[in-house]
Amino acid sequence: MLEYALKGNKKYWSWLFLLAIIIAAGFYFYMKQFNYGLGITGMSRNISWGLYIAQFTFIVGVAASAVMVVLPYYLHDYKAFGKITILGEFLAIASIIMCILFVTVDLGQPMRVANIFLYPTFHSLMFWDVLALSGYLILNVIITRVTLDAEHKSIAPPKWIRVVIIISIPWAVSIHTVTAFLFAGLAGRPFWLTAILAPRFLASAFSAGPALLVILCLVLRRLTKFDPGEQALKKLGLIITYAMCLNVFFILMEFFTTFYSGIPDHVSHMQYLYEGLDGKARLVPWMWTSAFLSIVSLLFLIIPKLRNNNKILFITSIIVFLSIWIDKGLGLVITGFIPTPFGKVVQYWPTIPESFISLGIWAIGIFLISIFYKIALSIRREIEV
Amino acid sequence: MNKSRRNFLKIAGITAVGVTAGKFIPAEVKDSTAQLISKNSGLLKKGTAVKTDSKVRLAMVVDLRKCKEGCTKCIDECNKIHNIPNFGESKDEIKWIWKEPYENAFVDQENFYLSDALKNKNVPVFCNNCNNPPCVEVCPTQATFQREDGIVMMDWHRCIGCRYCMAACPYGSRSFNWRDPRPFIKNINPDFPTRTKGVVEKCEFCDERLSQGLPPACVEVCPEKALAFGNLNDPESDVRKLLKENFSIRRKPELGTNPEIYYLV
Repeated sequence: MLEYALKGNKKYWSWLFLLAIIIAAGFYFYMKQFNYGLGITGMSRNISWGLYIAQFTFIVGVAASAVMVVLPYYLHDYKAFGKITILGEFLAIASIIMCILFVTVDLGQPMRVANIFLYPTFHSLMFWDVLALSGYLILNVIITRVTLDAEHKSIAPPKWIRVVIIISIPWAVSIHTVTAFLFAGLAGRPFWLTAILAPRFLASAFSAGPALLVILCLVLRRLTKFDPGEQALKKLGLIITYAMCLNVFFILMEFFTTFYSGIPDHVSHMQYLYEGLDGKARLVPWMWTSAFLSIVSLLFLIIPKLRNNNKILFITSIIVFLSIWIDKGLGLVITGFIPTPFGKVVQYWPTIPESFISLGIWAIGIFLISIFYKIALSIRREIEV
Repeated sequence: MNKSRRNFLKIAGITAVGVTAGKFIPAEVKDSTAQLISKNSGLLKKGTAVKTDSKVRLAMVVDLRKCKEGCTKCIDECNKIHNIPNFGESKDEIKWIWKEPYENAFVDQENFYLSDALKNKNVPVFCNNCNNPPCVEVCPTQATFQREDGIVMMDWHRCIGCRYCMAACPYGSRSFNWRDPRPFIKNINPDFPTRTKGVVEKCEFCDERLSQGLPPACVEVCPEKALAFGNLNDPESDVRKLLKENFSIRRKPELGTNPEIYYLV
């Protein structure tokens, strides 16, 4: 099937070439980081996780969100998702690979990564997260491979694959739950120490992920003969609406508990995020942008007329994606460290090498999605082979 | 001094398990360690549970009333013998002992009306070598582990540099080698390993000295004798006596980590 990725028109190859350049730039900076150490990033003794782990956290959500198309299609036999289910699964594969890359570039000693398996440590959530993510990757590789192969040969997929697909549904929930547990179990970091972190992660994932899927579907429809179907788009819009409502609701619940209880350790992080602390307010404009975008997106989503208009849904999806990217891919991880355990406000901002490495990994993800979708659509003869 | 030295010789045997950290340990100490292990099997096990039943529970008592303002003898000595680099900036900084203003060291106290003595006090802070260490709990490779006597150790050859321990530590006690530290060490102490970039490190109560029957370097060099070190499970130990006779506080005990550094205020 891979041969379909190797045939394409000039546009396809230029697109891949452009991505390859970004990947090469990222790789160049990673080599620099490999030689110099993680000191090349903006991370410090006080803010020891930064953009890499934040991107990882955000993208785990995108990976998990595949379940939002897989579940209706396979569990409820919701036929309208027939065309986009494979896109969701491929998105999951590309996302998990990005997650693995983001964690790997964050390691101080990447050559020793095998130690996680050589000395499996059951009381470490990191071990379980590695297990959950790699399991999810394997599940989705098997599922896409087998179902596409069947489609390629115009035969029904084998019955056993249904079992694998059913397993992948709770597994998707588990990857984001365990990722939330990485943070939510740390007694010394009050900002993350909230039982609603995992539900919040899931709600934000189930809005940002399907939003990305809407964006991809509409772009594909423009560029190719692929048509996700009006019904599928409408349903995705509805899923985003519910998930985004829950997401905003959960964030408001955090606000209530934090500010009404008024426990200084908890309030200080929120203060840093939304009004600045000790005169330091680097994330404040970002967080208010995120808040503003989420309110706008809710308006666009809740009003049926706006939601069911594909052009507006496209823009709304971008807004949802950006809003959650800021909230999760920037605010959530970094602010866990601000203020420090000593109550001091030390700020963080990614450096140029760090940003390029992150950009490179995003480019790898987009590269993978491009060739995966090319294969899937070629098999379905929705683009010229 | 003699008396405390004898005490240390007593606990030396049990603490002479530095080998697990892959550190340099003189041959004769290694032999005595081997003997001890055969006698006390299980001592080398890298446990994580709270071991109140263990014979030895090492702890430190810091007498803030004695600790002199402006004095950095303990810090200097620690930096010197442990090959701690000086980058000249705070971003990549590595520190095992340092001083923090009282209100930063004890953020949870939230007491605006402190006595003058405490208000301007700079408190020496270290790794608390917690009885229930969250760093050990989260480490995915057991590169950081707890010994039977309570010391939380680092295996610099196993650490993958994920820094989960730094996120888990409620005390900001851990440092990461953001870059190669070796060019920034003034005089390398050949008896102690240097570290490579990409691994985490912290105070380990001078396990390399304990295994030779010596007290932690900071305790030894303190001109004010403000630091005491010993076995909490021994009612006759210096630390127990100090804690019995004085009011003591610990950093963030409410988190359940059971920190093993006690401050007399």
